[in-house]
Amino acid sequence: MRFSEAWLREWVDPPLDTQALADQLSLSGLEVDALEPAAPAFSGVVIGHVQRVQAHPDAAKLRVCEVDIGDAEPLGIVCGAANVAAGQRVPVATVGARLPGDFKIKRAKLRGVASHGMICSAAELGLAESADGIMVLPGDAPVGEDLRAWMALDDQCIELDLTPDRADCLSIAGVARDVGVLNRVDVRAPRVMPVAPAVDDAVAVELTAPAACPRYLCRVIRGVDPNAPTPLWMCERLRRSGLRPLGIAVDVTNYVLLELGQPMHAFDLARIDGGITVRLAHAGESLALLNGETATLGADTLVIADRAKALALAGIMGGADSAVGPATRDLLLESAFFAPAAIAGKARGYGLHTDASHRFERGVDPTGCARAMERATALLLAVAGGEAGPVVEAAAADQLPAPPVIALRRRRIEQVLGLGLDSAAVADILGRLGMRLTDTDAGWQVVPPSGRFDIRLEVDVIAELGRVHGYDRIPVTHARSAAVTRAPLEMAYDPARARRVLLDRGWFEAVTYSFVSPELARLIDPEQTPLALANPLSAELSVMRTSLWPGLLQALRQNLARQQGRVWLFEAGLRFCTDGDQLHQEPMLAGAAVGPVLPEQWGAPARETDFFDVKADVEALLAVAGAADEVSFVPAAHPALHPGQCARLERHGRAMGWIGAIHPSLAAQLDLPVTVQLFELATAALGGGSRPAFAGVSKFPSIRRDLAIVVAADVSFDTVRSVVRAAAGALLRDLVLFDVYVGEKVGPGRKSMALGLILQDVSQTLRDDDVAAVVARVLAALQRETGAELRA
Amino acid sequence: MSDGNDLDALRDAALAAITAADDLTALDRVRVEFLGKQGLLTAQLKRLGALPAPERPAAGQAINRVKAALQTAVEARKAALEHAALRARLATERIDVTLPGRGRQPGAAHPVTRTLERIEQLFANAGFSVEEGPEIEDDYHNFEALNIPAHHPARAMHDTFYFADGRLLRTHTSPVQIRVMEQRQPPFRVIAPGRVYRCDSDLTHTPMFHQVEGFLVDEQATFADLKGVLYDFLRNFFEDDALKLRFRPSYFPFTEPSAEVDVQCVKCGGGGCRVCKQTGWLEVLGCGMIHPAVLGHVHIDAERWLGYAFGMGVERLAMLRYGIDDIRLYFENDLRFLRQFA
Repeated sequence: MRFSEAWLREWVDPPLDTQALADQLSLSGLEVDALEPAAPAFSGVVIGHVQRVQAHPDAAKLRVCEVDIGDAEPLGIVCGAANVAAGQRVPVATVGARLPGDFKIKRAKLRGVASHGMICSAAELGLAESADGIMVLPGDAPVGEDLRAWMALDDQCIELDLTPDRADCLSIAGVARDVGVLNRVDVRAPRVMPVAPAVDDAVAVELTAPAACPRYLCRVIRGVDPNAPTPLWMCERLRRSGLRPLGIAVDVTNYVLLELGQPMHAFDLARIDGGITVRLAHAGESLALLNGETATLGADTLVIADRAKALALAGIMGGADSAVGPATRDLLLESAFFAPAAIAGKARGYGLHTDASHRFERGVDPTGCARAMERATALLLAVAGGEAGPVVEAAAADQLPAPPVIALRRRRIEQVLGLGLDSAAVADILGRLGMRLTDTDAGWQVVPPSGRFDIRLEVDVIAELGRVHGYDRIPVTHARSAAVTRAPLEMAYDPARARRVLLDRGWFEAVTYSFVSPELARLIDPEQTPLALANPLSAELSVMRTSLWPGLLQALRQNLARQQGRVWLFEAGLRFCTDGDQLHQEPMLAGAAVGPVLPEQWGAPARETDFFDVKADVEALLAVAGAADEVSFVPAAHPALHPGQCARLERHGRAMGWIGAIHPSLAAQLDLPVTVQLFELATAALGGGSRPAFAGVSKFPSIRRDLAIVVAADVSFDTVRSVVRAAAGALLRDLVLFDVYVGEKVGPGRKSMALGLILQDVSQTLRDDDVAAVVARVLAALQRETGAELRA
Repeated sequence: MSDGNDLDALRDAALAAITAADDLTALDRVRVEFLGKQGLLTAQLKRLGALPAPERPAAGQAINRVKAALQTAVEARKAALEHAALRARLATERIDVTLPGRGRQPGAAHPVTRTLERIEQLFANAGFSVEEGPEIEDDYHNFEALNIPAHHPARAMHDTFYFADGRLLRTHTSPVQIRVMEQRQPPFRVIAPGRVYRCDSDLTHTPMFHQVEGFLVDEQATFADLKGVLYDFLRNFFEDDALKLRFRPSYFPFTEPSAEVDVQCVKCGGGGCRVCKQTGWLEVLGCGMIHPAVLGHVHIDAERWLGYAFGMGVERLAMLRYGIDDIRLYFENDLRFLRQFA
């Protein structure tokens, strides 16, 4: 909603300057989005009277004008505009004038003829975007007067960004009421008197969808002058509200829309065949609209129709066929109430958004139709002549929205706001807002004004009290809440702690979009069908990720392109997997790492990140979740991972994540190094690990025995470890793997592992023969179950 | 036979030799020369027997005094030489303590999660617990139950991403309010952080961003209490006990009354700058008293229970806190950006 400050002040004039008024509006919930001058700065422009126009002796397109600006002698001005003519009143920038853009007017010679000023176009004065020729002022414009003063251009355009509940402020009348309430000053509305019918012509109205349109007023006006110019004051008010003049009938309806908030429409009476029917469209019915497009209507769309055809999209836009044109002398004016529910969403459905639909879908005062009709009639007749017929009203009284009767309890005001308001203040605020009050035992009975669709409940009334009284005057208190805090369980997965583990170990946290490109999703996780957005922003962001790897790998690649050598990124977030009708939104923690293990430094050799660097960090994550001993790394295959360097993480046999080197062919497709390491964990499987259970500290010394064994290359350490643990029994405190060797010394297809067995008893010092027995048992078991030999 | 003068000369010669010894080997040689079994002083002792008996004790004592003095001098010299040797060795072992430490260096949290953690911590101190909800939501939880029926003009404020089946990406974290209240009984004191999505992308919008929703439902809860909670939070968040706040009436379908909260510009202090668009104020969150229709949807008696709710944009708060000037940087994951939040 944009309007002229001067227009508002004609209705209500509080003792505030422009900025204070704007601040007050913003702080009362009518947010001022912009304050702009009604005209850019200019000076030295006066009203002139063109007395004579002659051809320029030396230029076909120039004229030489004599312009009276009230001085003793008329000014000689050379003008290039085609529309300049003797008898016109025009804006004249005199010598010394400054026009917008700091354009200074000087005495000039144009093709040998002296010019003492310039006749201005509206565009040159900043009053229009563009102009076709000079600006012609009304014939009664006072010659010699300063144009700026005469047009009252030292005005501000106030632009409100209204919330959808405050449709009542989509008019001067509505804003004026709020300003009156806030400042406790009276509002002066222009008097609207009924225009007595001068002709009998009337058009019958039938409401066949009374819930959607419970009130429809129309009136025939005959014999208007379609070429009557719209008065400058009206043009200016429209312009300062952001509207262009479009002809007198449309301008008058637009003016009333801005002034009173009632959208109106003018039909060309000659195009109406029989009476008006307000009905739902026939499915598939087509209607050529004012904007030049043709809409194919759905059966839920309300139209204004005559006997034969739809004439207009009710409350949204008129039809092209019945539109008033430059030759239209006989009109039918419409002023109706359309129910918000019938209009809401419809304009958008047809790709439209109009001043009318904006208001009707939010709610227009259902009692304002008649006043708007009389106002528009009076304005139209005064400007363009013509004779009005009687106002025809069709109404379905039972379908008109009735203002609710709301019980307002005194104590509830304090319960909600935390602020005690005395009864006089309550009555004053609500009264000025136009609410009708009746005292009751507990407080009041309140009936809001018919145009306030946002006030339905007691709490809505309380909100108005808070708003008008001022939120800044509500105290600041501290809750006395009894709510019990729900602390997380000790062994629950703690995402903040997990993140800190990775951060402390040199990872950087990324946040990537939850939607990715379908190509990338397919490359990385071909077994999943990702969920596609119906209205993606772009193909690149059109399917929901089924893994966090696509985003991380993209970020990895971008960082490598930006000359970053070591890129270790992790992310925590949901992945979205479908399983038939089931949708799983699973929290994941994933990482992708490439480059040197350590940032480049003097004291440690450079080494490329490998599987076991990342595995150490995954193990650290499992350890803080208390799940380290319950999770196994099982050799497995994943389409994105190197088949020989890939493990599925399983907890109690259930898959909970993956770790591995990127598959070399995926790396090639994504233009990434083959050394990229990846991991991804379902964090829901991480929590609930074992709480620490104290087991005593042995007072007796421990004894270490080292064994170097040789096994087949495919015997896993996991197997060796389980065999050792089972065979060594309770005396085994710890098992250390301190070397793994593959090479000539053990022969092809074999590897050696160096194991340190740390043995300790809780109740005595171990004797050599106890230790020897354990070592013998371990060796025998390893030989039996893994084919191990002691390394020579 | 020597007399006292000989002994004094011997002592002086020995002391001079001890002082002259400049390493432990030389010192030991001196010790052997004078005090060893074949040493000069030992030779004197051996010659005592040649003296007449009455002179022996005095002569013996004199020799022993010299011996003790020489032993002390040897020990002192030895200690001095050892100390000097240690000092010399340590000097060769000097390292450059300004060299950087070895090994891994910590990474850095994303500024959004860093901010989220601070917000969670501040509200945890006020007794709020953290709840999360799904990001793919249904229309009911994202709109309907929050008092935003189909075709409500407020829906136009949410540019929603939809799926073919009618589900959508949540446009705010408010649906968590509904999910928590559906599952449990009041009182509640909860915050719900998370990702939200709007079909919008330009210089100042990204299609995904983060919000924190907070709400409290209890038998007593007022707009004044809501102001209290937000004053505490924002002053703690910006670490400014005098930070000014402004509550402006606004509209959200799920709260009544509703407010938008501005803080005094944290960049210019309220004087007007580019960050606050010369207004001196920064809009940082929306809030209000939970609408009775919302409580009705989750079958909570709105007569008995009152509540308030608030929601804030995490990227915006992080921008103000850390001076980040472009929202798109958050999702580029450029290490040169991320490293700054270590």
